[in-house]
Formats: sequence, C-alpha cells, structure tokens
Amino acid sequence: MSLRADVQLRRGALDLSVDIEVRPGEVLALLGPNGAGKSTLLRCLAGLAAVDAGRIMIDSNAVDDPAVAAFVEPEGRSVGFVFQNYVLFEHMTIVENVAFGLRASGTPKARALATAHDWLKRVGLAELAAVRPKALSGGQAQRVALVRALATSPRVLLLDEPLAALDVGTRATVRRDLHRHLESFEGMAILVTHDPVDAYALADRVAILDAGRIVQIGTLAEVTARPRSRYVADLVGVNLVSGNVSEGVLATSSGARVVIADAPAGPSLAIIRPHSISLVRDHPEGSSARNVWAGTVAEIDRLGERARVSIDGLLPLTAEITVAALEAMQLRSGDDLFATVKATDIEVYPA
Amino acid sequence: MIRRRRRSTTRSGVPAWVVALAAIAVLFFALPVVGLVWRAPWSHAWAYLTEDSALTALRLSMVCSLWATLLSIIFGVPLAWLLARVQFVGRSAVRALCMMSMVLPPVVGGVALFFALGRRGIVGQYLDRWFDLRLPFTTAGVVIAQTFVAMPFLVVTVEAALRQLDTSFEDAARTLGASRWYTFRRVTLPAIGPALAAGSALAWARALGEFGATITFAGNFPGTTQTMPLAVYLALETNPEQAIVLALVMIAISFAVLVALRDRWFIRAGNESTRVQP
Repeated sequence: MSLRADVQLRRGALDLSVDIEVRPGEVLALLGPNGAGKSTLLRCLAGLAAVDAGRIMIDSNAVDDPAVAAFVEPEGRSVGFVFQNYVLFEHMTIVENVAFGLRASGTPKARALATAHDWLKRVGLAELAAVRPKALSGGQAQRVALVRALATSPRVLLLDEPLAALDVGTRATVRRDLHRHLESFEGMAILVTHDPVDAYALADRVAILDAGRIVQIGTLAEVTARPRSRYVADLVGVNLVSGNVSEGVLATSSGARVVIADAPAGPSLAIIRPHSISLVRDHPEGSSARNVWAGTVAEIDRLGERARVSIDGLLPLTAEITVAALEAMQLRSGDDLFATVKATDIEVYPA
Repeated sequence: MIRRRRRSTTRSGVPAWVVALAAIAVLFFALPVVGLVWRAPWSHAWAYLTEDSALTALRLSMVCSLWATLLSIIFGVPLAWLLARVQFVGRSAVRALCMMSMVLPPVVGGVALFFALGRRGIVGQYLDRWFDLRLPFTTAGVVIAQTFVAMPFLVVTVEAALRQLDTSFEDAARTLGASRWYTFRRVTLPAIGPALAAGSALAWARALGEFGATITFAGNFPGTTQTMPLAVYLALETNPEQAIVLALVMIAISFAVLVALRDRWFIRAGNESTRVQP
C-alpha cells in the first residue's frame, strides 16, 4: 500500500525520468530549480498529464500504465491537488468551493454543505463560509484550497508550492497549520517547494529533482550533509567540487588540484565550507594550509557582520570572512588574491 | 500652464480633429434613424404595426431567430470548445470554414444552402426521398438560413472566452472528482457565461436581421417565411409608410439589445478576460 511512480515523459526541453515511492502517512518534499519537472511530475500523478512510459500505482491500482493502455482519469484517482494559486472557483462561495468535490461525486447537497462547514470550522474559517474567494486574504485562500482538497478524502495529496504566494508574515502561520493537517493525513503526500524551510518543517523525506532526474533522496539532514548537486550545495551554502581522487589529490575537470586528507581513489565530491577558506593578498609562504589557489574577486556580499566573497579562478569558490577582515584587507571586486584551505577542512565522499 | 496655440485641443486634451471626425461618424449612423423618425407616419403607426401582415412577420421573426439562436448554442458551444481546446490537424481550416458565412454575402450563402439542402441538393434529395423533408421555402428553411449566418458570431465569442480561461480551474475541478461534463457545467460554463450571453445576443441580433440568405433559400411567403426584414423590403414597394414603421421597430429592438449588452455583458466580458488570477 503506497504510491509508486515510475514516470518517463518528454515535453519540449524537459526529459523527465523519475522513480519514487511514498508510503502512507509520509510527506515527501520535492525540491529543485525551476524547470526541473516538479510540477509536471505532480500533473502526471494527478492524471492531468499522461506518462510516455512507466507506471503509476496508487495502492494496488495502476492509474497510468501505457504498457497495458491503462489510464484512470483525474476524477477516478482519489488524488487531491492544492494549486500554487489556489484556483478557488470565483463564482461560488467558500463553502460551495469546499463542497464541490463531494457534490461532484454525488453527495446530496445538504450533506455536502454540512461536511464542508465542518472542514471550514476546523481551519477557523466558518464565519467566511458565505463569502466569495475574492474577499479572502492569501493565507485564508490557501487554507480553503487545502480543505477543499482534503474534503474529498483523497488517498494522495499533492501540494504545488502551497506557501510560495504568501507573504513572509503569514507564511509561518500557514506553514504551522499545514503541518498539523499533514500530520493527521493518513494518505501519501507530495509537496513541491522552493524553500528548504518548508521541506524541513513539513516533510519526512526530501527528493532533489534536477533536469528531470532525482539526484538525491533522503531526510533533509542526509541530503544537506552530502550534497550531490550544485542546487543543494547552493541551498546549504557550501562550495561543491567534483573531480577524480588519486594519491591524496582531487583533480577537477577544469584542471584545479585540491589537496585532501585521506580519501579513496575514484570520482568524488568535496565540500569546502566558506568559513574554512582564508584569503590573503600575497602568496603565503610556510603556511600549514596545503591548498593555495589564485583567484580574482568577482563579487562581495555583506551579511551583517560577515561578508561572502565570490572568487573567480581555476576553482571558483565562495569564501566567508568577517567584515572587519574585509575592511582590513580593503578588498574590491577585481582584486587578485589567494584562497587557502587546510586539507583536513575539506570533506570528501564518493560521487 | 502654457498651452501651445498651434494645435487646438479641447479642455480634456483630446485633439479637436479627432472629435470632429468622430462626430461625423456618429452623425453618419444617427442620420438614417433621424430620417426614418422624421418621415414616420406617427398618426397611423399603431394601425400599421397591428396589421395582420406586420404582426405575422414580427411573430415569425421572433420564433425563427430564437430557434436559430438555440441551434447556434447547441452546436456552436461544442464547436467553440473544440476549436479552443483540442489541437487537431486542419484546425485553422475548420475554423475558417465555420466563420466563412460572416464575410460571405448572405445571398451567396442562401444559394449554397439551396444546392446543398434543396430538393435536388446533395443532401436535400435524400432528405426529400427518405424522410419526406423539404427545407427550402419552409419556416424550417428560415431557421436554417438564419443559423447559417448567425452561429459564427456565437462561436468566435465563446471560443475567445474559452481560450482566455485559465485551464487550471478545470484541472482543479477534475482532481476534486468532477467528470468532464460536470466540470464543464459547473466550472467552465459559469466562467464563460458572460461571453456566452454576449455571443448568443449577437447571434440572435444577426438572425433577426437576416435577409439575403433567407429570401434566397426560404423565399418570401407571408406566414411561413416572410420575416420582418423581408416584410420591410416588400412594404417599401407597396406601402412605404408601413415600411418605415416596421423598420423603426427593428431599429428599436436592435438598439435595446445593444444597450443591454453594453451594460450587462460586454463590459463584464471584457473585465473577466483581462482579469489576472491572484
């Protein structure tokens, strides 16, 4: 009993090839850059798009299986979908919106409206039942969209960036509510998001989707401890270097050499944390740091007491230093300098 | 504020020549109406209007144009949906074919209908032989001729509305468990309602004014095929005063429809199509 999706699909520039499984009661967050195929994957699961090849199973039902020409229409899949822009029906009141799914599946009007009222009460919107969607705030509309999907008691709940359209103030509150609902949701839930905070707060596992492929899947801690893609590295804020390890040196494809502490030979990834990088104007002599790379300052971002310095060179890096150090060195963009890192500060793991 | 003298503008900043040209255009449309009102035999107007022949023509016009509107909705909405939502080979050609009667001289349409549905027509001969059904020179023929010229007005209006409608509303309905038909009835139709109303009204107005295709395909028989425009044309030769009265009735109806449209639907339809989803 689970959602199992092997989705193969080509649409324009997107080449989607994904195999995931979500267990009942579990929330999987899909993270990834724009155009990675997150929304397309959700549309396939909901039945709003058909896969080219593969198979989607909800519990023991094959809802999309081109090999045997099986395709279940969205209304037959028991999949709830919360859209990014909520898409509440504007010609209906809030309670009619929530009752829509029940009415569509043949529940008598009075009973559907009563159930919808109960749902609205649960999210504290009972007094807005007779209001039209236009009168709602973003946070309220989001809650209505959620209970509208939940009111049909779906087996699978899909949320497409449910918090993206909210302002920062309401986002935290709505996230907390959403967490409560997802906790008590017994089916399988998939949440598409850009924000690792959402993934951390709401999801049990995280899948990183990049260019149509799942590049990493696991708990958020697992994924961020050992990033396998530039996207995750940027998310976590570390430098990710990929290359080949032999005899204590990781060589990148651009020709940079990174001296590392012992690591097995072969294709590897290395993390260089920005705060472990030291910057010096002149080539250091007799330093304990085994790595010295020449570079040019590309950009300086000040963040309170700290500054992030982007360095162009054979090995592009971002270093983090204090603002005091930045001012003492009088760094400007375009300045030449050296970045040094101790070999023991570099974490290496097989690619 | 310094105003340039070289170009005269009105106080709201609209160039005077624009106002002048627009005023001439308005006059151009107003004068014929004024002419009719001027020459109308007001003392006998009621008598002319309540003459049997006039009432018959008016009733026939109403019945036929409403039937034509109904047929346009029944067949035109699915056609518009297909043109807007389904990509198929030759869609542009199909659209052009279905819109052709908008630009075709109605008389040509009538001739074409005659050779298609007439007793010797490619379809008409079988209608006659198998079902004993003859369309030319019958009231049904009037409805066919009016539908032929009126339906495109409904199709273009509804198709445009369907194209502008955000499909995620329909997607949302489907994921909530609604069938295609339920989704269409409860989500799509209300959303395109203003456009459907506007399109129906336009189609109805076009059917009401239909002349060329009707007289060619259905003839001019009082009581069965003589609609108001035909009656006006006939009266012009026998009784010009009555023609004026009938013409004014048609003008009044058209004007009322357009005014109602403007306030209720055109503006709303415009707002809905330009509205951005939050």
